[in-house]
Amino acid sequence: MGEMIKMVVVLTVLSVISGGGLKWIEEFAKPKIEVQVLENVKGPAIREILAGASNDPVESRFRIEDGEKEHTVFVGAFDGKATTVVLESEGRGYGGLIGLLVAVNVEQEQLLGISVTTHTETPGLGAQAKDNPAFAAQFKGKPIGQPFKITNDGGDINALSGATITSRAVMDATNQALAFYDKFKPQLVEEMQRAVK
Amino acid sequence: MAKSIAQEFTKGLWKEIAPFRLVLGLCPVLGVTTSMKNGIGMGLATTFVLLCSNILVSLLRKVIPSKVRIACYIIIIASFVIVVEQMLQAYAYDIYKSLGVFIPLIVVNCIVLGRAEAFASKNGVVPSMADGLGIGIGFTCSLAALGAVREILGTGALQGDIFGYLPYHLSNIFGASYEPFVFAIQAPGAFICLGLMLCMMNLVPSK
Repeated sequence: MGEMIKMVVVLTVLSVISGGGLKWIEEFAKPKIEVQVLENVKGPAIREILAGASNDPVESRFRIEDGEKEHTVFVGAFDGKATTVVLESEGRGYGGLIGLLVAVNVEQEQLLGISVTTHTETPGLGAQAKDNPAFAAQFKGKPIGQPFKITNDGGDINALSGATITSRAVMDATNQALAFYDKFKPQLVEEMQRAVK
Repeated sequence: MAKSIAQEFTKGLWKEIAPFRLVLGLCPVLGVTTSMKNGIGMGLATTFVLLCSNILVSLLRKVIPSKVRIACYIIIIASFVIVVEQMLQAYAYDIYKSLGVFIPLIVVNCIVLGRAEAFASKNGVVPSMADGLGIGIGFTCSLAALGAVREILGTGALQGDIFGYLPYHLSNIFGASYEPFVFAIQAPGAFICLGLMLCMMNLVPSK
């Protein structure tokens, strides 16, 4: 019995110390990782969606608070006029969270495009969401009135073959971003003009 | 223990050099050595985990009950792997991206668990440190050597840096007319290069 208790105690104490320590490391590394991801992953993706923008969308960004969460919004200006916001959202994919950027043209109320940034999906299947440009291209120019669905669920987006969960996660993330857009539209329109100037 | 600290350290560099002499831990050896830069990055990450886990396992060797020792080792090793992953992400993002899934896979690298079980759990802190460092550096050298061979054959050049420091650049090692032997940086090339290197290592008699 004594040995049993010792095993439980040692394992518990080790796990607690390890968990606590890792939490601390995460807190320490989080802001630095965010900067790296912004520079190496999101930056190029944002510039690609907003190809032809007259400003630097990564520089023209602002934050909006939604309850406890803070969202970063990137602004794209074309010919000096701020027309597009890029929103970030996340969907739960097959292998973990999928980070998504959703670019919305505010004037025409349509999608300018989407882009998957960070993911841990299966290479060759779910990872196609990022690697196969044809998937994201389906969103280009779509009106944002109603939620996006894949064809299996009665929508008009073709899912990636062999990666329905990933495809649904991308739909989910897109719809979340659009819900956020609807909720904060007046604020977004106001802030985006300020961000570009 | 009759062996000296220096012996514990140097055995990992040649006599028990993990991938070549013991043919252990081959998954990262084959997977990440498409270039010398990746090999060094992976090797150093593994060395850090190996050193830290060896120290901690040897410190706790009297506390850890033998029935749950593997579980305890895995907790220790996994924690350090997450530390490495976070730090690489924060400070060396390009290495983190090119190593990808191989960083979390250090947890199941049999060299790390093997040293914890076979050495650190039976020896004091200082020999364990020497052992971890020696095996780790030996592992790094093996990865770097295999990576260099594959990169030179596959691209005809050798370039990169070590975590942003010490940049090295050698172009056109075989002259400008060299046609890159791309096979060497593809997966089957890893097996063949490793096999040839093993063969050459075996030509040198081990003492």
